[in-house]
Order: sequence, then C-alpha cells, then structure tokens
Amino acid sequence: MNEQSEKIDQIIEKFKNEKGTIIGLMQDIHGEYRYLPEEVLLRVSAELDIPMAKLYTLATFYKSFRLEPVGKHHVRVCIGTACHVNGATKIVETLERELGVKSGQTTEDNQFTLETVNCLGACALGPLVLVDGEYHGKIDQGKLKKLLNKYR
Amino acid sequence: MGRFRTNLLLCASTGCVSNKSLELKEAIEIELKKHSLQNEIKIILTGCNGFCANGPIMVVQPEGIFYQFLTVDDVPHLVEEHFLKGRPVEKLMYIPPKKETPVPKMSDIEFFKKQQLIALSNRGSIDPENIDEYIGKDGYRAMVKALTAMTPEEVIEEIKSSGLRGRGGAGFPTGRKWEICKNAREDEKFIICNADEGDPGAFMDRSIVESDPHCILEGMVIGAYAIGASAGFVYIRDEYPLALKRLIHAIKQAKKYGLLGKDILSTGFTFDISVNRGAGAFVCGEETSLIHSLEGNTPEPRTKPPFPAFSGYRQKPTNINNVETWANVPRIIQHGAKWYSEIGTETSKGTKVFSIVGKLKNTGLVEVPMGITMREIVFDIGGGILKDKKFKAVQIGGPSGGCIPDHLLDTPIDYESLTKAGAIMGSGGLIVMDEETCMVEVARYFLSFVQDESCGKCPPCREGTKHMLNILTEITEGRGKEEYIDLLQNMGMLIKETAICGLGNTSPNPVLTTIRYFRDEYEAHIKEKRCPARTCKTLIHYSILEDKCTGCHLCFKNCPTQAITGEVKKAHFITQQKCIKCGMCFDVCRFDAVRYE
Ligand SMILES: Cc1cc2nc3c(=O)[nH]c(=O)nc-3n(C[C@H](O)[C@H](O)[C@H](O)COP(=O)(O)O)c2cc1C
Ligand code: FES
Repeated sequence: MNEQSEKIDQIIEKFKNEKGTIIGLMQDIHGEYRYLPEEVLLRVSAELDIPMAKLYTLATFYKSFRLEPVGKHHVRVCIGTACHVNGATKIVETLERELGVKSGQTTEDNQFTLETVNCLGACALGPLVLVDGEYHGKIDQGKLKKLLNKYR
Repeated sequence: MGRFRTNLLLCASTGCVSNKSLELKEAIEIELKKHSLQNEIKIILTGCNGFCANGPIMVVQPEGIFYQFLTVDDVPHLVEEHFLKGRPVEKLMYIPPKKETPVPKMSDIEFFKKQQLIALSNRGSIDPENIDEYIGKDGYRAMVKALTAMTPEEVIEEIKSSGLRGRGGAGFPTGRKWEICKNAREDEKFIICNADEGDPGAFMDRSIVESDPHCILEGMVIGAYAIGASAGFVYIRDEYPLALKRLIHAIKQAKKYGLLGKDILSTGFTFDISVNRGAGAFVCGEETSLIHSLEGNTPEPRTKPPFPAFSGYRQKPTNINNVETWANVPRIIQHGAKWYSEIGTETSKGTKVFSIVGKLKNTGLVEVPMGITMREIVFDIGGGILKDKKFKAVQIGGPSGGCIPDHLLDTPIDYESLTKAGAIMGSGGLIVMDEETCMVEVARYFLSFVQDESCGKCPPCREGTKHMLNILTEITEGRGKEEYIDLLQNMGMLIKETAICGLGNTSPNPVLTTIRYFRDEYEAHIKEKRCPARTCKTLIHYSILEDKCTGCHLCFKNCPTQAITGEVKKAHFITQQKCIKCGMCFDVCRFDAVRYE
C-alpha cells in the first residue's frame, strides 16, 4: 500500500506541475489500481481542490473507469458490430454461464472480471475476447472453454 | 534497407500481433542465424497490410511474395526452402476462393488489385517506429515544401482545390474549414486530430496511426502552419494501446529531428503536439464533446453554432479533423491538388479507407478510389460471402448510418449517392451481412448501443431511443404489434429533428433504413412471430433430426443445461423447456443432425 501511496503522490505532483488534464490524472490512478478507489479520489479531491462530485461525474461518464476492483484476470468481450454479427452475443452468454457472473461483475473467488467493450479495433478477427490485454480472435464456444481453463 | 538482399516485411499491427506475429519474428531470427543468413536477410516489423483475417502476414521483398497464416512451426521449412534454396513455399501462399493454384505475388491478389493507396501509401512497407524509414519514403518533404515555399494562403488554396472532404463522417470540405479557422480573429488557435474512432466495427484510424504515425504529424504541422495554430492535440481512443505507443514514440522522434516543436527546421514556425487518451465514451468523438473532454469538463456535446472554428478549445478558434483527413494532407501538398482531384467522382475526390468486416471471405482494411461500387468492394476485393451464403446487406456508417441492400450494390461510393440511398459515408466501417443476419435485430443492436452511449443531456436521445429500443425488443421477442412499424418511423423522424447533437439525430437511421428495405422481415416478426434469418432466440427452437442423428452422444456431453436425452447409438432428443438456445449442440454436431428454425 505504501508504495502505491507514493505513486499517487507522484501522480498528483505530476498533475500540479504539468497542468495535465483531470482525465489523464484519473487514467494514471486507474493504471495503478485498475480501478478508482474511493480513498484515493478523496485525497485527489482534497489536495487538488476538485469537488468529489466532479470526479464522480467523470468516473461514471467514461466507460474505462471502474469504481470497483477487478479480479485476477480481466476478461473483455468485444460486442462491436463486426463481432456482433459473427456471434459475440453467444460468447458473452457462454462466459456469463461458465463464470456464473453477469457482464460487469467479478467472480466470487476473485479470479475473473467479465466486461463487454464496444470494439477493440481488430474487427477482422471477430468474435474477439481480450484476457489481461491479450487478444484471442475468431473465438467460438469450444475455444472459449479451453481459454478459460488456461487461466483457471 | 540497402545492404540486405531480402527484406521480410512482417506485419506487427494489432491483428497480426494477436495472431502471434512477434513470436514468429523471434523464430525467424533464430532460424536465419542457424543458416548464417542474418546479414543477408532483414526482418522489418511493419504496420497493417489490411488483410487481417489471413494474418500473420509477411511479404518478401524485392520479389513481392505474400505469405499468410504463418505459424512458428512453418518457419524452419520456410527459411530453408525459400531463403536458402530460393524456392518459395506454395502451401503458405494465398489461394483464391474456389481455385487450387496459389497466387505468389501480393500485387496479383484480388484483395489488393483494386486498391489505390494514398492515406495508407506506406502501409506494410516501412517500420512505423523508425522515422528514417518514413523520411526515406519522401516523408516530411511536403512539410518542408509548405513551410519554406508556400504561404499559408497557398496551402489552404491547394487543399481547397484538391476537393478533400472530412473523413470523420460528415464530409465537410477540409480547405474551407481551415480557412474559416484561419480567418477567425484571435491570436491563439488550436488544431485537433480526432482519433477517437468510435464506430464499433471499424478500425481505419487505428491502422493508419499504427502503420504510419508520422504522416499524421506531418499533416498536422502543415495544417497548423496554414491556420496559424501553435498547439495541437491528438485525442486517441483508449482501446488502442499499440497506436498510442507508436504515436508517442513518433512525436519524440520528430522533436528530436527538429521536425516538431520550437522553430521547426529554422523556419521560425513553432508548433507542438500533445496526446490525450479517451476513456471509452462514444460521444467524445463528436467535436464539441471531444473539446469538453480535453478541457477536463463533462464531455457532453453542445449545440452549434458557434462552431469550434470560432469557439473551440478554451473558447479559442479550433480546427478539428479526422485521422484519415490529416493523413491525406502531406500527399496532396506533395503531389498537388490536380493529381488528387483527378481521383474519384465529381463531388467526392480522392480515396477512402474502409474496414470491410462481417460475413465476408476476405475481411480487413482497404483503400479504394471514390466512385468504386459497393459490389466491387464486397465481391471482388472482399471475395464474396463467407461459406457462399446469400448476401443480404452492407451496413455503412455505424450507429449513424444505414444499410445498402442487394439491389443497390452498384451504387458508386460517394458522399451524395450514399446519402440518397439512406446511408452515410460515415468514417468507413462496412459490415457485410448475409441471409443469417436478422435486420430487425441489427436495428435493435444499434439502438441499444446508442442508448448505452447517449450522454443523457437531451430528452429525444435519452428517452426517445429508449422507447424505440423497447419497441424493437418487443418485436424481436415476438410481442410486436402491427402499428409498431409506423410508430418507429414517426419517433425516428422526431428524434432526428430534435436531438441536439449528431449522436442523437442520426441514431434512428439504422432503424429507418432497415424498415425501408427490409419491411418484410419486420412483418414476419410481428405477424407470423417468425425470424426469417433464424437469429432471434425467442422465435426459434432447436430440434434433432432422428434420421440423421447417429447417437454419438457429443451434444449430450456438451449441453450446458442437460436438455438433451438419449442413449449412445440411438437418436437423441431435446427437451424444449430446458433448452436455453445456446446453440452448443448445433455447433458440436458433426452429422448436421441439429436443426433450428
Ligand atoms: C456521435 C458522434 C461521434 C463521432 N465520432 C467521431 C470519431 O470517432 N472520429 C472522427 O473523426 N469523427 C467523429 N465524429 C465527427 C466529428 O464530430 C467531426 O465532425 C470530425 O472529427 C471532423 O473531422 P473531418 O472534417 O476531418 O471529418 C463524430 C460525430 C458524432 C456526432
Ligand atoms: S467489432 Fe469487435 S473488434 Fe471491432
């Protein structure tokens, strides 16, 4: 925690010096924790004199920000149009069934967080699943099971 | 590239990297060393070739041999045969659909033949992380020409007479936009590159940034000089980590070379670019919303006028263009407006980059001259429909666009013809749909996207699209009523007229065009409670054909809800009450014994 606390100091300091954007600041924090912890937002709010309401408005407006921690593995399913017409709905349903969570949630054992995303820009390879930043293209129900087992 | 006898241009863009092209690079390096070829043959990691579906892709130069679907296991054989013995490996080449003989050369492959590269002219041929390679291909020459031999007015005149129109969606003439901003009476001005690429199913801008980041920087410097801006921003989508990395790297290199920053090339002109990441909100692609986001404010759009050219970033005149628009600028300045305006149609000049995806054989990214027909794109370049199914429609323009049905396939691609057909040029996402795509469901998909992305500021978009979505859901789930079609059309027209930004007032388009061209599908759902494409889950059911079922038991083992009963070697049976219609049995059956209708 201490190390992270120092990182946050640096992030806040960087923002003060460079006059960066609030979004950039929040992205840096998000990069550190993979979500926006309330206590960190409170600190940012106090130190930079930005109302908490504004931070929350931004945090909930943008899809990339989470207010809850992610599990060990971050599974993101593309539901962009190209992936959609190639069967992304089935992929989401299968994952929800296999992991026992709805999209947006984290499994009880904290192993997987399931999310959907509107296009990852590799549309020619759809349907597409991204696990911890690694792309898995042309996925189907069978491949999905194997993939999950790899991370289980 | 001089002293090597052969260059291996290996694609290292998002698509091919996800197909393990980086592992491939290592394997090739090891193998080349084994045969002591490392001083004769060089591997260059390039940007996207566009033929993403067949990746990883490698082009061997100078012969121009095209290899596809490469795996690490292919490497020893490939290196020995081709690079040692000089015998290109046929089994790794492209074989056209329904043909048996491979096509060795990239330039002979149908997918590449009809393309004309301007915005993507360096794709697949340079290392995007090496500024020297860009310069080696005449990079930054247009900038030198503009800054040293042209006045800002002359630059604007050149862009105006080239006929270049904005590639971000609306198609506003770029030169005119620049002129308006230049003439705005303020000292401080800004320019922005819109790389937010929100259209789901499109990746033109990602590919341009990944394969040729310097051409965007060069375009922006030229634009800034013409307009009189001292600072610029690239607003890039958060989902594009590789593009972001290459862009930041390119800016660093350009600064080091004195091509960006203070007193560029000692001309006295100063211009700097900073990069801002989006955070996953579609509406931020809209220019006023994007500017609010840059300022750190709530990124809701506002009504126009005033246009950003008068009051944009920090209320200063701001010129905003799309990635592809910027990428065209250096080429126009270098080769001249006349050259550019000879390509394309009367009203739409130059080329357009499209991502062609969906139910298509050759999916990927293409750049074609304006005026080409949709049919040529789908059937010649795209190779036709996957599994030779029947073509149904091309969706163009994403959530703001519409679909082009079979009988309009010969529509030439230009801004006006597409608008006449009820669609829009949009940013370049083309999604091909076949007989198994339900058009009502597609309309529902786009509206649920818009509902999700609506910022909530204006009621027509926030509430109107919600009601339209509810109606469409009713229809796809078999509870549709006959008056719903008229209701959808009326609501659609109302939202078009009253929403405050482009997101809202184009959102009914996918519904309106699908009703226009596929009314029969809506009627089948409503009157017969039937989904002709067999997609809408509530309206289909699965069954097993007794005479085809061999009793292999595979469906039984895979069914997640134990809805299938039956003994080995005897016909199986689905209990409808337990079936969740996941389609697993259909997917696993090897005897075509599972049917759904
Ligand atoms: C909802 C919405 C989303 C948009 N998304 C994008 C986008 O992702 N990329 C883009 O370049 N333009 C987008 N635009 C268009 C921009 O508002 C703007 O017109 C464009 O960036 C201007 O550049 P151009 O003249 O070079 O096309 C969007 C517009 C709307 C209404
Ligand atoms: S639609 Fe899935 S990656 Fe673009």
